[in-house]
Amino acid sequence: MKKALIEIYDALFEFVRTFGAFQIFFLRLLKGSPEILVTRFRLVVVQVFNAGALSLIIIMVCGLFVGGVLGLQGFSNLARFNAEDSVGVFAAYGLIKELGPVITALLFAGRAGTSLASEIGLMKATDQLSAMEMMAVNPVGRVLVPRFLGGVIAMPLLVAIFSSVGLLGAHLVAVELLGVDIGAFWQQMQNVLEVEDVHEGIIKSVVFGVLASHIAVWEGYNAIPTAEGVGRATTRTVVNTAIAVLVFDFMITAVMI
Amino acid sequence: MDETSENLIEIHDLKYSRGARPIFDGLNLAIKRGEVTALMGPSGTGKTTLLRLITRQLIPQQGVILVDGTDISKLSLKKLYELRQRFGMLFQNGALLTDISVFENVAFPLREHTRLTNRLIRHVVLTKLHAVGLRGAADMMPSQMSGGMARRVALARAMVMDPEILIYDEPFVGLDPISMGVIVRLVRKMNDALGITSIIVSHDVAEVSTVADRSFLISEGKVAASGSPDELRTAKSELVRQFMHGMADGPVAFHFHAPGYEEQLLGRDNE
Repeated sequence: MKKALIEIYDALFEFVRTFGAFQIFFLRLLKGSPEILVTRFRLVVVQVFNAGALSLIIIMVCGLFVGGVLGLQGFSNLARFNAEDSVGVFAAYGLIKELGPVITALLFAGRAGTSLASEIGLMKATDQLSAMEMMAVNPVGRVLVPRFLGGVIAMPLLVAIFSSVGLLGAHLVAVELLGVDIGAFWQQMQNVLEVEDVHEGIIKSVVFGVLASHIAVWEGYNAIPTAEGVGRATTRTVVNTAIAVLVFDFMITAVMI
Repeated sequence: MDETSENLIEIHDLKYSRGARPIFDGLNLAIKRGEVTALMGPSGTGKTTLLRLITRQLIPQQGVILVDGTDISKLSLKKLYELRQRFGMLFQNGALLTDISVFENVAFPLREHTRLTNRLIRHVVLTKLHAVGLRGAADMMPSQMSGGMARRVALARAMVMDPEILIYDEPFVGLDPISMGVIVRLVRKMNDALGITSIIVSHDVAEVSTVADRSFLISEGKVAASGSPDELRTAKSELVRQFMHGMADGPVAFHFHAPGYEEQLLGRDNE
């Protein structure tokens, strides 16, 4: 009995310690950000390209199909109330407030987050980070902060693209395929959707961008420097990002509603 | 700080353990200015760990490490980085940055720490690459190179800032005989011509003997023997003789701890 209690205490202690280190690491990234944005602007641009531009195809294809599904589901359910003209509102609400930010963040974790974590983990495993230390270059500024900023900047842009392509997908299905009136589709969307709804999407995309990038960089930097350790860090990046994004999504929605 | 002190690095009573396993237990050694010092020892004696302690990538649990008279465990990050600019280090596997070309790898410290013009940087980098015979490989990416080539590029990078102290971690592993000869001569030449202090970690007894002024043989967390390569080769100590002549039998067990051979093969457990 006593042994079990001690084990629970140890596990709790370890969790709190790791969580605290995670927060301190976040502060270090934030503290370095303004300076790095000026002094290493080119590195940040490269990372925006890596995290953003290279994720474009998966984001656009998924956005198109998610929008298409919203068009289909919206049409078939709203038709029961003779409200199929409102399918535009339905799709826009879903995409801009929820599905856009959440699905983009999950895709981002799978596409960009894993590549960040494994890249940083391998740099650690092959002594590249130690070599930088030995050349009196702080790896936090040279490697971690630009990658973090790249993700933070890329995410809202990706969310905007995802939602836009999604609306086009909904338009394709509802208007072109199922014959909803094009004027009703777009006009109702403009009438009902408020600026606050768009704000909610923007806030979520920024928060998710920070979360996903922070987790990926943290897992990579703290990976055990072996093939197995890097693999585990990559997996944990996806799992932890998914959990964090969905929990924060609930909290932000609860606050903004 | 005593400028004229002949010891550049002094280690006093160093204790360091990883988990429950002690790696160093009261290690003392001094590295003299301007010499080539070799740290030798059987695998797993913590030679690489010692290098990491000297450069404060690790912090000892007990004991003092003095570099040029300063206790490095007390330095602020800024001072530590200033000190590290006086070091050049060659890592075991090269540790080239894989996202930039060979040229940019060698130019990296210059771009970070100096305000030289591109023209001058090009000049310096190509000179250093020429010294290791890889001027023609400047535009290659590290992933396109063999291990030996990568190590030579890493050597060029380690010396690009003209350091006072050059540290080599297993520099001779995986080099072909030609590159090996060139590198050995380069180590010696740089040391003598530029007044660098060199530290080599290796268990390649033959190569080290041709280049080192002084060797320390590390075993079981302490310095087991020290002296010039000739002194070590003729030493009476069984441990030193075993290591220098590569004998399987002696104080250092070749076999990892195991139950008796016959017993394990023919014992009742197998039935």
